[in-house]
Amino acid sequence: MSGFIATNLPKVTSLFTAMAAFFIILAVIFVIAGLVNGKKARPIALVVFLAPAIILLLAGLVIPTGRTILFSFMNPNSDGFVGFENYAWIATDPGVRTVLFNTALWTILTPLFTTALGLYLAVMLDRMRGESIPKSLIFMPMAISFVGASIIFKFMYEYRDPGDSQIGLLSAIVQAIGFGPSNWLLVKPLNTLLLMVVFIWTQTGFAMVILSAAIKGVPTDVLEASALDGATGWKLFRGVTFPMVRTTFVVVLATMVVASLKLFDIVRTMTGGNFGTSVLANEMYSQIFVQFDAGKGSALAVMLFLSVTPIFIYNIRSLRRERSNK
Amino acid sequence: MFISKKKLLATAGIAATTLVASLVTVAAPAAAAVDCAPYASYGKHTGKTVEFNTSILDPEKSTFQKVWKDFETCTGITINFTGTNQFEAQLPVRVAGGTAPDLAVFPQPGLLAKMVETGKVLPAPASVVANVDKYWTKGYKNLGSVDGKFYAAPLGSSLKSLVWYSPKQFAKNGYTVPTTWTQLTTLANRMAAKKQTAFCGGIGSGGATGWPATDWVEQMVLREHGAKVYADWTTNKVKFSDKRIKSAMKKVAGWMQNPKWVGNVKKIATTTFQDAGQGIPTGKCMMLQQASFYAGQFPEKNIIAADGDVYAFYLPGTNPKVKTPILTAGEFVGAFASRPEVAAVQAYLSSAEFATAKVAEGGWATANNGVPLFKYKDPIQRLSAQYLSNKNATAVFDGSDIMPASIGAGKMWTEFTAWFAEGKSIAAVTKALDAAWPKS
Repeated sequence: MSGFIATNLPKVTSLFTAMAAFFIILAVIFVIAGLVNGKKARPIALVVFLAPAIILLLAGLVIPTGRTILFSFMNPNSDGFVGFENYAWIATDPGVRTVLFNTALWTILTPLFTTALGLYLAVMLDRMRGESIPKSLIFMPMAISFVGASIIFKFMYEYRDPGDSQIGLLSAIVQAIGFGPSNWLLVKPLNTLLLMVVFIWTQTGFAMVILSAAIKGVPTDVLEASALDGATGWKLFRGVTFPMVRTTFVVVLATMVVASLKLFDIVRTMTGGNFGTSVLANEMYSQIFVQFDAGKGSALAVMLFLSVTPIFIYNIRSLRRERSNK
Repeated sequence: MFISKKKLLATAGIAATTLVASLVTVAAPAAAAVDCAPYASYGKHTGKTVEFNTSILDPEKSTFQKVWKDFETCTGITINFTGTNQFEAQLPVRVAGGTAPDLAVFPQPGLLAKMVETGKVLPAPASVVANVDKYWTKGYKNLGSVDGKFYAAPLGSSLKSLVWYSPKQFAKNGYTVPTTWTQLTTLANRMAAKKQTAFCGGIGSGGATGWPATDWVEQMVLREHGAKVYADWTTNKVKFSDKRIKSAMKKVAGWMQNPKWVGNVKKIATTTFQDAGQGIPTGKCMMLQQASFYAGQFPEKNIIAADGDVYAFYLPGTNPKVKTPILTAGEFVGAFASRPEVAAVQAYLSSAEFATAKVAEGGWATANNGVPLFKYKDPIQRLSAQYLSNKNATAVFDGSDIMPASIGAGKMWTEFTAWFAEGKSIAAVTKALDAAWPKS
């Protein structure tokens, strides 16, 4: 233990020195800015207060985005321009077509299913006795990382020869019923759907909790009034509850769309993108870090960026609208 | 007060250590009688340190250190073994940053060529050239050369052209080890007739899924068409869609994708290579084409010997015109510094003395033919060395390691996986691979 402290003490000391230096510099800047009077005071204050945010934004977002866009027009080593060649590759390569198709499947099916299931559970469990217990259980997978969940499900889908003792739950069940087990992760397009199950399993709890909060926010008097008017069950839900949680529903849906667009971990862990299950983010990773083609990888990154952006804009707008309504 | 106390302790500690050290130095010559005569030619380099940077980790690391201990004692050189599993990623960074190690152990010729491009790798010193000319075949010297200039001497080698089997199972069934391709196929048919799975297979390997399949194709390209076509194939002079490469792939398809011999073909894609051979000792499947290092995959209770639970035989050639084709892998030692002590270590590592001492520790083989075969500790390594050091063998290096990483460590893995898993046609696979070959 003392050895650990001895080796790490210099690191901690230099860390504190760096932090102290940082604060001293900040203090000096603030003092100087405070000393300035008159006409120049306002612009200088603006610079002093905005600079940290702008520098971080530039270094963390604007410059990397610019570089990625630039690289997407360059060759694998990023030392020569190739025009739109990388984008032409995206448009024509049959492998990439599968990737785009899979990504489309993910972005359409997963958010709809996750959000719908979340809403269903939120409505069904609402005001149930001891509702917190099933809710906690459903929410729990949220605490597991995608990689962890993928490893769990990889075991569930594990396949052994028919007749052997199956170590995969799915194969074991199928064999017990009397059918031959299938090599689940190989069958297209079933394998992509099976990967989606992992996403749905971890994310439904999140959708349910957010939507449940929204449902609880529906004023009781409104519900009572509609009940007096004769609305019950499905009618009450369709005519009253759902319209009142619609904005939340859309926000959750959009969040799920973004999450499944940039989905990477599940595919990487379970199939490595093999067997026709690759998605955009996984292909981007393979291009840059396995095949060392920064050009194609960047072009895919730009594609991803462009497809996520409108959803983000929509999401922010609807959030704003909701806020101004309240 | 506290600090001064600590300081005092530290000073006392240093004093004590110095005292002990001086005692040890005095006592050493008397206690361990190291015979320094074999090391006299390397000279005296007292107090000098040489960094040996590699991807080799423990327990391999300690056997290296054990073997060169006498060398260190006699020459006064300290070899600083720095092993990292991020070697291939870190070396270029270190070289670019001007902190290159003295010696680097390149796990494949491709990385050596990339580093030679930087101009920082130094040509091998005369003593190393002499050793390599004496102990290795020309093919190995070429692998350590870039553009005709020799840089790196081979260190360890492994033989990839092996077929693992169970001597006990073979004896039980009355099978004999095949020595020709025809004998191998006849044997596989006999096994199939007895409802046995002749070949085990597994190409799953996480992010590197597909690499065993690249080995199988390499074996067949070499066996069918010889070293020249093989070399041209690894540089894309012979395209994947060339009819010779396609015919080699068909040969693989008739072997590892033959349902009669392997059972469920698609399962090969989802079986990890580690799991693939686990059925051999029990006879669940009979043979597995894998490299000599596969020995490490069997549980310790399985004895690896010619009369044990598992052992291997040489994968026979298919074309009589190609003499003893062998596919190898291995490391090469290149230098980034020309100091005399660095050259001394380099010369020592390429000597027969070092290799002989190293093989006696087990788990390691070399193509250095100055090593007497009986010195090998493990039978499987002795078998490998028998082929590796064979002067008449047609030896080539693992092709996927020579090809550009985008192919050899990327597209080839995924395409061959699709070939096994999705039944993608050879025509489609080769077309995709040719299209992916980096232009420039």
